[in-house]
Amino acid sequence: MKDRYDVIVVGAGPAGSITAMYAARGGCSVLLMEKDRDIGMPVRCGEAVGRDGLNGVIEIRPRWIAATINRFRLVAPDGTVVEPDIGGTGYVLERRVFDYDLAMAAVEAGADVVTKAYVNGLWKESMNGRERIVGVTYTWKGVPRKVRGTVIVGADGVESRLGKWAGIDTTTDFRDMECCAQMTLAGVHMENDVCEFHFGSRWAPQGYLWMFPKRHGMVNVGVGISGMAARTRKPLYILEEFIKERFPQAGVLTTVAGGVPCVDTLREIVKDNVVLVGDAARQVNPVSGGGIAGAMQAGKIAGEVIARAVAAGDMAELEDYPRRWEKLRGARNRTYYKMKKAVFNLSDETLNSIAASVLKLPREKQTIWGVFRTALVKRPSLILEMAGTFGLK
Amino acid sequence: MLLIEIKPNMCDFCGCCVGVCPEDAIELEEAHIEIIESRCTNCAKCVWSCPFDVLVFNKPPKKERAAA
Repeated sequence: MKDRYDVIVVGAGPAGSITAMYAARGGCSVLLMEKDRDIGMPVRCGEAVGRDGLNGVIEIRPRWIAATINRFRLVAPDGTVVEPDIGGTGYVLERRVFDYDLAMAAVEAGADVVTKAYVNGLWKESMNGRERIVGVTYTWKGVPRKVRGTVIVGADGVESRLGKWAGIDTTTDFRDMECCAQMTLAGVHMENDVCEFHFGSRWAPQGYLWMFPKRHGMVNVGVGISGMAARTRKPLYILEEFIKERFPQAGVLTTVAGGVPCVDTLREIVKDNVVLVGDAARQVNPVSGGGIAGAMQAGKIAGEVIARAVAAGDMAELEDYPRRWEKLRGARNRTYYKMKKAVFNLSDETLNSIAASVLKLPREKQTIWGVFRTALVKRPSLILEMAGTFGLK
Repeated sequence: MLLIEIKPNMCDFCGCCVGVCPEDAIELEEAHIEIIESRCTNCAKCVWSCPFDVLVFNKPPKKERAAA
């Protein structure tokens, strides 16, 4: 490890590793820093991703895939089941393997990696009467240290603090934080090509409960509800109740908590020589809560842009990253955020009636969009809320 | 006065609380969590958003509430 790098990436999840990989490929010296002892662990993730989400970022390796998904099963509060056509293929990943491989790809591209390195501040120096960020401060093996970097990347996840240290307001409103508990169960019989979602006030107020199959009777079962709902009912207890009722015989292989910031991307994801990517930049899909694809696509753009800025010695070039993100997913996520706010308060009665109506549609119209259109008919006020979504209000 | 308490041994170190904290008042390491008393405003958003019921909001004693 050196004492100076072109790029310091804080956090070795998918966003950090892909940023590091593309920056290193672009000719930068890169340090990738992880606070935990083990990259990718613990897995705080449902692990589902659309196949197209990784297109153009990295070639998918079979060993990352725990299950290939062809169907969604949506379960209404009264138990009505809808299986809309998802118009594509998805995967449930094995993130233990996946995150390691992404970090390895960064190493193969030339990046240095360090674990158990807890970054606790930005290293600032006064130059010509102006304070500049010249690196990060961190502890390693309990000893305070510093390392210099030209560009600092915050890929430090939902718990990101790096942006705040640079003067970016990264706080997520607690009502938009989906608070999650997940258990990986063993000994559960479930078709391994279907992702199941449960809606309604009992199992998932202002959110959803998911069951994503892995292999050999392994399933990720999780509950994600908004911070507002979590004020009175904790996801962990809801999940325990669900599992007791549905899978009393299952073995519990892991129990994890997690937070998903279901908002649109931060207004500022670049400030001077600081760049935010992934959950730290709030780049998740606010409707689904999926974050892997967005994080990796952002990481690719950020890495490429950073490499150019470093080569040119001009940090103003970093502004190309938010522009490209906006075109790729940023604008769409803003729309999705408004959609989320419109649908996430639907009553159990409305959800039941949407499910019943969708079942009456011809099979070829039972798609995700069919479900959404039905929701609009069932609750006309949604149309007004959606008008806001599309800028008509 | 810090009114928020962390129940020992229950925390999963997931970072939900840090994500909603407006004051950057929570230090979260791999297996260590701590509220920075000088920054905390007792807004309780961390308590509300905790998935595991780890954080507790202790109401201040009556005398001090009257003083406030």
